[in-house]
Amino acid sequence: MDEYIEKRCVISGAGQSDVGRRLGRDPLELTLDACLAAIADAGLETSDIDGLSTYPGGISPAKGFSGGGAYEVIDALRLDVGWYDGGLETSGQLGSVIKACLAVGAGLCNHVVCFRSVWEGTAQGSGGRAAVGMGSEAAAGGSFRASGAMAEWSLPFGAASAACWIAMYAQAHMHRYGTTSEQLAQIALNGRRNAALNPKAIYRDPLTMDDYMASRMITTPFHLFDCDVPCDGATAVVVSRAERAADLRKAPIRVEAVGTALHDRPSWDQLKELTRMCSHDAADQMWTRTDLTPADVQIAELYDGFSYLTMNWLEALGLCPLGESGPFIEGGTRIARDGQLPVNTHGGQLSAGRLHGYGFLHEACVQLWGEAGERQVDRPLEVAVVAAGGGNTCGCLLLTKGR
Amino acid sequence: MAFRILPRVTDANRHFWEGGARGELVFLRCARCDTYVHPPSPICPVDHGKDLHPEAVSGRGTVATFTINHQAWIPGMDLPYVIALVEIDEQPSVRVQTNIVGCEPDDVHIGMRVEVVFEHREDPGGDVWLPLFRPVGDR
Repeated sequence: MDEYIEKRCVISGAGQSDVGRRLGRDPLELTLDACLAAIADAGLETSDIDGLSTYPGGISPAKGFSGGGAYEVIDALRLDVGWYDGGLETSGQLGSVIKACLAVGAGLCNHVVCFRSVWEGTAQGSGGRAAVGMGSEAAAGGSFRASGAMAEWSLPFGAASAACWIAMYAQAHMHRYGTTSEQLAQIALNGRRNAALNPKAIYRDPLTMDDYMASRMITTPFHLFDCDVPCDGATAVVVSRAERAADLRKAPIRVEAVGTALHDRPSWDQLKELTRMCSHDAADQMWTRTDLTPADVQIAELYDGFSYLTMNWLEALGLCPLGESGPFIEGGTRIARDGQLPVNTHGGQLSAGRLHGYGFLHEACVQLWGEAGERQVDRPLEVAVVAAGGGNTCGCLLLTKGR
Repeated sequence: MAFRILPRVTDANRHFWEGGARGELVFLRCARCDTYVHPPSPICPVDHGKDLHPEAVSGRGTVATFTINHQAWIPGMDLPYVIALVEIDEQPSVRVQTNIVGCEPDDVHIGMRVEVVFEHREDPGGDVWLPLFRPVGDR
């Protein structure tokens, strides 16, 4: 399996800015903090960095969604790059990391800083999600009319948030497989238990099943605690050429396999099968690129922009049988930090903040390096899977250490 | 009447948003292979034919999935409301994102048979007729 070029790549460092509900700081400053932290973590200097990759780039479709683009960071750090990229149309947020691997494999660069930066907390101000979402322009009144692929077909019917679109997938899963709200709740409860041990998490107070059930309904079956919490913060990693490992400060994490596939319509409402997102396409592809199997995965950091997405990734990645993510997470013991398959060990986006995909990657790296402090999984870790996105925009990474 | 964000009507989507003026739910259809194409596209995804013409369907369909939305994403819309994906009888691979009206939100279920009902919105930029769906037989 040595032919796949992601195997020529390692993650050599990871870094994160301050994270908070509303920091009120210059988002570019947070972005640069994360990038510099990741570069230093790798034992590199900015002069070593010859590549840059980011999602979604500097053109932000919504206020707070991007805390800095490729050009801004290249300029601020005066990077000399052999390759760079920033863009939204890719395999989810991790698509930017996968593109970095491709660029390293193609010989365009050796050390790529990859980042994702958000300031949705501050952008919201006191207006809540309606202040930054697809409906925000309309709320300002006047001549706004919905146009473009998603907006035109959803906004006139009040489906203004991904919460509504993904809730419909969760509803279909419940209908087809008998999944329950109590099962769904376990993603939120597990996240909150883990967040209690993560000093950077947004919400760290205990959350009970009663709290969950009593919380207000957002869009059925999603309660408030099924929806991630907008925040400010930036996360970065450095993707390096494996042969350069000797230059690095710490044991590199190998990129064992990546998944990027999209075999369905690039749409949130026209997917062929409503209980199967393109997460399945990306995951299936990833497993064709490695000798490892789902049984080898020791920790899973699985996107939870909405709770159901984690369940969807559990099934897509083969970590539980198709349709059985509900029973798999029931009671929460299997996915707890001391369970058979620890999931979202930092709290996920539901409790640790909507760092938009990269928070999961950062956590996987920190866990593999044994640097997670109080929340460190108490067993030797060699294999982690990271997955981000949902619907038509999904990507996943299989990471290994000590192999 | 409660607020709604209206779609921007263009030559590409006019058939869909204005069909309700005649009480018709209209999609583009390929003249060569009869495939209904939604959202609108310049070519047929099956045979790449460019002769696509607007054609009315029966307006009947089935609720593929739904959510009862309680959150005020868009100020001015009355809460709660049901958002659904309806698969049309003529070609279930065509889904319409819509609202289910004419029944209690809690009565909506996956597999429910529904029919189109139009909500006419006057607009200086051109009137639109939003295709909503209600339970079949609810006349």
